[in-house]
Amino acid sequence: MAHDDDRDKKISYWEVFYDDIFLLFFLGVAITYILFVVWGLMELGTAQPSPLLKPNI
Amino acid sequence: MSSWNYRTCPTTGFKVHNKAETLIQFNAVTSIVFLLVGGIVGLTLALTRWQAVHLLNDEWFYRFLSLHGIAMLVAWIVFFEMAVLYFASAVILNSRLAAPWVGWLQYLLMLVGGALVAVMILTGNADVMFTSYVPLKAHHLYYLGIILFAVGAILGCVVFFATLVVAKHEKTYTGSLPLVTFGAAAAAIIAIITLSAGAIVFIPTWLWAAGIIPVMDSEVYRLLFWGFGHSSQQINVAAMVSIWYLLATLTVGAVPLNEKVCRTAFVLYILFICIASEHHLLVDPGFSAAHKTWNTGYFMHLAVLASMIHAFSVPAATEVALRKQGHTRGAFEWLKKAPWGNPGFSSLVLSVVGFGFLGGITGVIYGTEQINIIAHNNLRIPGHFHATVVAGTTMAFMGITWYMLPLMFRRQVVAPKLASLQPWLFGGGMMMFSTAMMFAGGFGVSRRSWDMNGVDGPFQVNFGPIVDLSLAVMGISGVVAALGGAIFCLLAVATLLFGKKVNA
Ligand code: HEM
Ligand SMILES: [Cu+2]
Repeated sequence: MAHDDDRDKKISYWEVFYDDIFLLFFLGVAITYILFVVWGLMELGTAQPSPLLKPNI
Repeated sequence: MSSWNYRTCPTTGFKVHNKAETLIQFNAVTSIVFLLVGGIVGLTLALTRWQAVHLLNDEWFYRFLSLHGIAMLVAWIVFFEMAVLYFASAVILNSRLAAPWVGWLQYLLMLVGGALVAVMILTGNADVMFTSYVPLKAHHLYYLGIILFAVGAILGCVVFFATLVVAKHEKTYTGSLPLVTFGAAAAAIIAIITLSAGAIVFIPTWLWAAGIIPVMDSEVYRLLFWGFGHSSQQINVAAMVSIWYLLATLTVGAVPLNEKVCRTAFVLYILFICIASEHHLLVDPGFSAAHKTWNTGYFMHLAVLASMIHAFSVPAATEVALRKQGHTRGAFEWLKKAPWGNPGFSSLVLSVVGFGFLGGITGVIYGTEQINIIAHNNLRIPGHFHATVVAGTTMAFMGITWYMLPLMFRRQVVAPKLASLQPWLFGGGMMMFSTAMMFAGGFGVSRRSWDMNGVDGPFQVNFGPIVDLSLAVMGISGVVAALGGAIFCLLAVATLLFGKKVNA
């Protein structure tokens, strides 16, 4: 595998991407926070009181 | 005696940094102590839900339920994961551990935090169960304990990443990270996502319990709590799958058939698994169907795909390795001639089956919005997660311990016959336990319920005899599993104290 002659062989972009642990880290945080947390908080922030709720009960 | 002490492991050839080794030992032993505590308590819970026995009174049932969830899911699993992270970084990469003192800080914070939480629960100050849903309120020290524990765990991840950087810099490895370390890195990334959500939710809750903040919104709490509470299960998944690959290598010499595919699966975990937290919110009124469906239905299946890849790739690698040893007759000779008596191997197989088939499939089913509405909060749910987190994760962690004892503690396992029986009792018992629980849940028996018939309630619920039968099966197989767990703890401790020394 990591034979020295292969060194200058082009490493595929996927490999470069997978080897970049900190980029993966960033993407994981971004996806979770945007899709789950921020979107969720936005929905809770804009939730309307139930129309069934009568103020005098 | 400088701080750069290494020894070379005679079995694996790993260069082991003495400071990494001590930290691994401390974290592993502490985790087993919590497993023992959680196991004893779990047994009393099973004997309470088994209606014919109904051991505990209501107060102690809920108190022990809180303790069981924390001692098992939080303390046992996370302490063990710290040991795994140090192993996968320093030991596998033949590197020194970066900043061992931060590692000790990790250990101390987690120990103090864990002990604080346990004391608060046992003194009756935190009967809020593992989820501590607001507006249930525990003593403020309970939340502080969780925060300390979480900060400790974050430090452990920091040490792990720093060790990766050190190893790369000091060129203790070349090229890409080894697969097991890559999987552990996925676990550590997920851990940081998880623990940050935990910090965001528990710090205000702590202040609320201390009377400093007047209100805490229960829907916001639930959203963020599950960003922590569920994602933490995904740390377990990533750590467990890494251990599967490690166990397959250690037991039969398996090598992954295609590392690219395995790595892709880990990347899918990193990117998409944490949003699956949404499945806990499927019946919550505050979120739209779109939020629920995108998070549990569409994107999450990319993470499910990853688990399916691992669930095929680990057995395939095992089969190929066994065939290479010459077991090629017929379709199944390799399976017949597999080292079933090796507790590491049987734990691996039981873990793959328990997690993948029993736990994974039911999880995908119950995590579907339309089905969740009938499965939510009945015994199907604990049935499902005892398959994943107990028959799966805990079984795998137990399996690797049989290798950890000679490699890291340099002791030969005492009573190897008993050790080879242990996975069958624990794993077999747990699969039965989970199945029976899910069966009872299918008839509508609720989870977390001391009084399932509503005897003291305004109306009574009567279940048929089939429910009594399934709860009895659950109770009996719970006893069998607890026996397997007890044998594990006993043998681990006995090996540490009396095991024959393995020469380094
Ligand atoms: C011999 C082993 C075990 C037995 C007999 C056992 C038994 C039980 C029982 C009877 C319940 C209560 C279900 C209910 O009424 O809702 C429970 C809950 C639970 N168990 Fe276990 N368990 C065992 C091991 C484990 C392990 C190893 C873990 C984690 C790694 C675990 C995690 C949990 C969690 C998170 C809950 C839910 C707590 C809650 O609802 O707040 N258990 N267990
Ligand atoms: Cu979950």
